[in-house]
Amino acid sequence: MTYRRPRGCRVLRLVGCAALFVTPLVSCGGSDPLVVFAAASLTDALDDVVATAMSPSDDAPTISYAGSSTLAAQIVNGAPADVFISANPTQMDAVVAHADGHGPVTAVATNSLVIAVEAGNPHGITGVDDLAARTDEAGAALLVALADTTVPAGQYAQQALAAAGVALTPVTLEADVRAVLTKVALGEVDAGVVYATDITAAAGTVDAVPLGHPDAESITARYLAVALDGSNERALAFVDALTNADTQVVLSTWGFGAP
Amino acid sequence: MSAARRGTHRRTGRTTPVAVSVMAALAIVVFSVPLLALMVRVPWSDIEDVVTSSASRDALALSLLTSVCATVCAAMLGLPLAWVLARTAMPGRSIVRAVCTLSMVMPPVVAGVALLAALGRRGLVGELLDDWFGVRLPFTTPAVVIAQVFVAMPFFVLTVESALRGTDRTVEDAARTLGASPAYVMRRVTLPAVRPAIVAGLVLTWARALGEFGATVTFAGNFPGTTRTLPVATYLALESDVDEALLMAMVLVVVSFIVLVSLRDRWTGALGGAR
Repeated sequence: MTYRRPRGCRVLRLVGCAALFVTPLVSCGGSDPLVVFAAASLTDALDDVVATAMSPSDDAPTISYAGSSTLAAQIVNGAPADVFISANPTQMDAVVAHADGHGPVTAVATNSLVIAVEAGNPHGITGVDDLAARTDEAGAALLVALADTTVPAGQYAQQALAAAGVALTPVTLEADVRAVLTKVALGEVDAGVVYATDITAAAGTVDAVPLGHPDAESITARYLAVALDGSNERALAFVDALTNADTQVVLSTWGFGAP
Repeated sequence: MSAARRGTHRRTGRTTPVAVSVMAALAIVVFSVPLLALMVRVPWSDIEDVVTSSASRDALALSLLTSVCATVCAAMLGLPLAWVLARTAMPGRSIVRAVCTLSMVMPPVVAGVALLAALGRRGLVGELLDDWFGVRLPFTTPAVVIAQVFVAMPFFVLTVESALRGTDRTVEDAARTLGASPAYVMRRVTLPAVRPAIVAGLVLTWARALGEFGATVTFAGNFPGTTRTLPVATYLALESDVDEALLMAMVLVVVSFIVLVSLRDRWTGALGGAR
């Protein structure tokens, strides 16, 4: 005859399955470290800031890094962030429009653009003008990568090129600025326009060349921070601490400019 | 008793344990709920703008062109490979099979870096291509096809190989004893027998190629008209305009859905019939 598994065993399994789904939800509601959503370009620098420049305490913040637009979308959709640090004003506007009673929006850093070239600068690039004017050893135009204009780095790069009056056709519009850097580091393109801080992060594999044009160099990315709940003292204090002298010294070692 | 049971099965179709039905229903929910949620979320009133915008039409056209090219390439290379893996006593066969399917489990972005390391301007083979023929693959439409073939071909090879292993060799032997050449047996006996698997493999490969993003964006880059496929365009739109991105995704979903449903009726229906 057919064998039937004892009923209790099945129930146990169901409970087990249910527990798997429920556990993460419950653990979210426990004692709460400060949750900081920060632009991806701050990755190493902000970790350094928290480790060295902020007063050591038992409630080290949990920091989630991603593209500003991704983070903004997550916050607008209800992600439990206490502090948001955006690499561009557009995403900050989108978030504060949805956050009633948020704290003051504070400028915390700037990031300038540079040209990333292969280590040793084999094509002797000295500024943005060279990107369109120079050719490689075979006489072909230099291969240039930019970030796509849907991401801030790409918008800034286009603004900088326009400010310098340089017209060029990039071979690729990368989905994020780190991908531009990767293409340069792998030697697939001759140059790319990236943030100054990206070069610090990729030390050794690529060299930085200044844009070499005052109008182009005046274009910088501004980093803005906000406490999403203006009554959250710890969040307000965290945002406040980002502008103090100690923090700014650490940020400058990672290539960021003063706000 | 066993005869009676078989009769019951045939009449009511109650061959499926309740638990299996429940889990299958759960599986359907897993697939359909996110899709349904997406369809609810999509701002359908704007679909005309997106479908008629030249940017998304270029991306769709490029996606269809490259994914079909990739599927044809995968079939031309993958069928012989599946045959060799299934039918020959090649030394180190399991290692070869693993190597040929690794791209399936690699994170696609890593697959893209591997392709750059091989075929990029400074790549192992790419440097020679550049020196000898002046050919540079990255940032070109062929690079998109190569990325898709690299990532999607294992689906074809594995599907066809397992079908080839499952065929009845005695039928082939009979054909041989009747004087058929090996090529004739392959063409008229073996391949027709595994046709459903070939079709299924083609569909899987095409679907994977059509949705390919990571390897494409890493190896081929992103430029409108030459390398910006619909998945890449969708990902980028997600950064700036979520509604537009969702509509683009829906275009991809609808086109794939129509193709998959019509293929199922036309060809893979034979798969069900054969069993």
